[in-house]
Amino acid sequence: MKRREFLKKAAIGVAGITLPLAALEIVNPRKMFAGKDDGAKVRWVFLVDTYKCVGCGLCVKACKNENEIPYDANVTRTWVERYVFTKDGKFHADTPKGARDGFITSKIDLGQGKYEDIKSEDIQKAFFVPKLCNQCENPPCVQVCPVGATYQTPDGVVLVDRSWCIGCGYCIMGCPYGVRFFHPKYHTAEKCNFCYHRITKGLKTACVQACPFGARQIGNMKDPKDPVTKIIMTERVGILKEEYGTKPQVFYIGLDREVK
Amino acid sequence: MVHGEIWTVKELFVYPNEFIYWSVQIVMYPFMTGLVAGAFVLSSLYHVFGIKELKDMARFALVFSFALLFAAPMPIVLHLQHPLRGINVMMTPHFTSAIAAFGIVFSTYGAIVASELWFLYRKHFVEIALPLKEKQDKTIAEWFKFLIFCTLTLGVYDLSEESLKRDEKAIKILAAIGIPVACFLHGYAGFIFGSVKANALWMTPLMPVIFIMSAIVSGIALCMLTYIVTMEVRKFLDSRKRASYAGYRSPEEFKSAELNVIKMTARYLLFFLVFAITLELLDLIFRGYTAVKSWDVLRSVIYGRDFIDIFIMQYGVGNLLPFILFLLPGLTIRRAVLGVLLVLFGVFMMRWNVVIGGQAFSLSFAGYMHYHLPIIPHDWETFKEGLFGALSIFIMPFVLFWFIAKIFPVFNLKETH
Repeated sequence: MKRREFLKKAAIGVAGITLPLAALEIVNPRKMFAGKDDGAKVRWVFLVDTYKCVGCGLCVKACKNENEIPYDANVTRTWVERYVFTKDGKFHADTPKGARDGFITSKIDLGQGKYEDIKSEDIQKAFFVPKLCNQCENPPCVQVCPVGATYQTPDGVVLVDRSWCIGCGYCIMGCPYGVRFFHPKYHTAEKCNFCYHRITKGLKTACVQACPFGARQIGNMKDPKDPVTKIIMTERVGILKEEYGTKPQVFYIGLDREVK
Repeated sequence: MVHGEIWTVKELFVYPNEFIYWSVQIVMYPFMTGLVAGAFVLSSLYHVFGIKELKDMARFALVFSFALLFAAPMPIVLHLQHPLRGINVMMTPHFTSAIAAFGIVFSTYGAIVASELWFLYRKHFVEIALPLKEKQDKTIAEWFKFLIFCTLTLGVYDLSEESLKRDEKAIKILAAIGIPVACFLHGYAGFIFGSVKANALWMTPLMPVIFIMSAIVSGIALCMLTYIVTMEVRKFLDSRKRASYAGYRSPEEFKSAELNVIKMTARYLLFFLVFAITLELLDLIFRGYTAVKSWDVLRSVIYGRDFIDIFIMQYGVGNLLPFILFLLPGLTIRRAVLGVLLVLFGVFMMRWNVVIGGQAFSLSFAGYMHYHLPIIPHDWETFKEGLFGALSIFIMPFVLFWFIAKIFPVFNLKETH
């Protein structure tokens, strides 16, 4: 074969291969959905004002009752953490029983039944941080589910299909925030879903309703008039564990660098 | 009680929902798939690369790999909270998940091993089925045997030289395709861990490669061990038979043949062992050198809490000691047995340190979790995710091998019929 001939045939061959490949663009349902005008008009987000939280634990209690998580089981869809910084530069944190009963003692829970008492005069600063599922924009738990039993709804909430979950625990391992666990009764993956059954009916989540201080708020990011959206857009808010690239949708006011 | 609570002890600041969810069965899973992949690669060394010294071992390793194949998914089944829904992975595979490909990769690999075995044993099947077919008055046992082997021939009775040559060619091709698939099967088990970005210890692109290397090491070690054990049993049986018949191989003949195979295989074992250790150390050094945010907690786990498990048990007893044992001149069978047992232990500890070690610290990086393996089972959960569950998984391939070897005889194919 002559060089000219070879080049000619090679060019035709390459063109012949690439043409059908280009025609076979894989259609992404999400992209198609977003392209439509009547797409989701709701994107649920959450706002936590840590300055307002006093660690009473009423939100945890309300959540457990609302979502049928066995009351005494050591798992919970939402919890409150306490951070205490002492004058010697050390930091202490705990969340006994997820703060279901609030923080009734000044002793820090070290696990294994041990406690550390910190004198109030040694405290430099202290605060509470409520935690719940971040309903990430890029949820790693959805990515790793081998059967598609956990999925993201168009309004941004990540749900679990209890009838299809095989209970492998990969999503629990995949979540950097530790919000997932196995339901003690159903033995399937379980997590906070912003009380999806309530918010889709126009109600507030159980924890938002139970909070006496307004530390927790839920809102719709796609509605510019929503008070939560306004705060997120106009004030300085933080998110948790940004480095994982999950794009969490729970925003915090007054987040400290030591919050884990 | 919440799943995982019974064997988890928390210390300092741990999130409320954190427990050791992936327990000993998830240690067994990569350990068993590693053995499958390793055994297959060992058998392929002969079929593909024509390493003649491994001929005896190759046939053995392939049959053993087949037995291991059935045991490999069992740890997952025992670990699942809904084992009966395990089939969902095949029905609605969600391909962004590393586990979703399991069904496909695993069945592809199974099909390759099964067809390679068929080509390897086709002659044997025909040689058993044909005389039985012609025999007029078969006993029930013979009918049964005929039925099994007749089915196994798949209706092909052609034993001409030409067709046998074609068989060999097919074996070679299948073994060649099998190597990347076996590596993929196990590399992908490594990917399951390596791709979890939430876990600071697991997340490294080296994980699949480390898993493949240690898989081959463990596969070779297990094949050597089983080979030695079966040879010893045969030696014992032969010595009993020799009392009544003359003309059997002498124990010395057996011994020299056995030692030769073991020496050859040990060389490949060491080769892959060096690779595995190098990669693992590279990973460790790199983590220490780059010292990102998670390094503080990782360091306290690696050099503190898990020091004995990692540096004494895994690297010392499981890697260095067998390395010396195999390198010292004048290798004996007894020393080889000790060596391979230690290697197997070392690889098991590596899996343990990855799976359990990866859950030894909290996602908060400010707390720790300790795993207490349930030993005496007091319910189904503590049995299946406890010592006895893990042991049953480990014993399973040996039991299967005993049955499978009845159909696929691994030694002296000519002498048996």
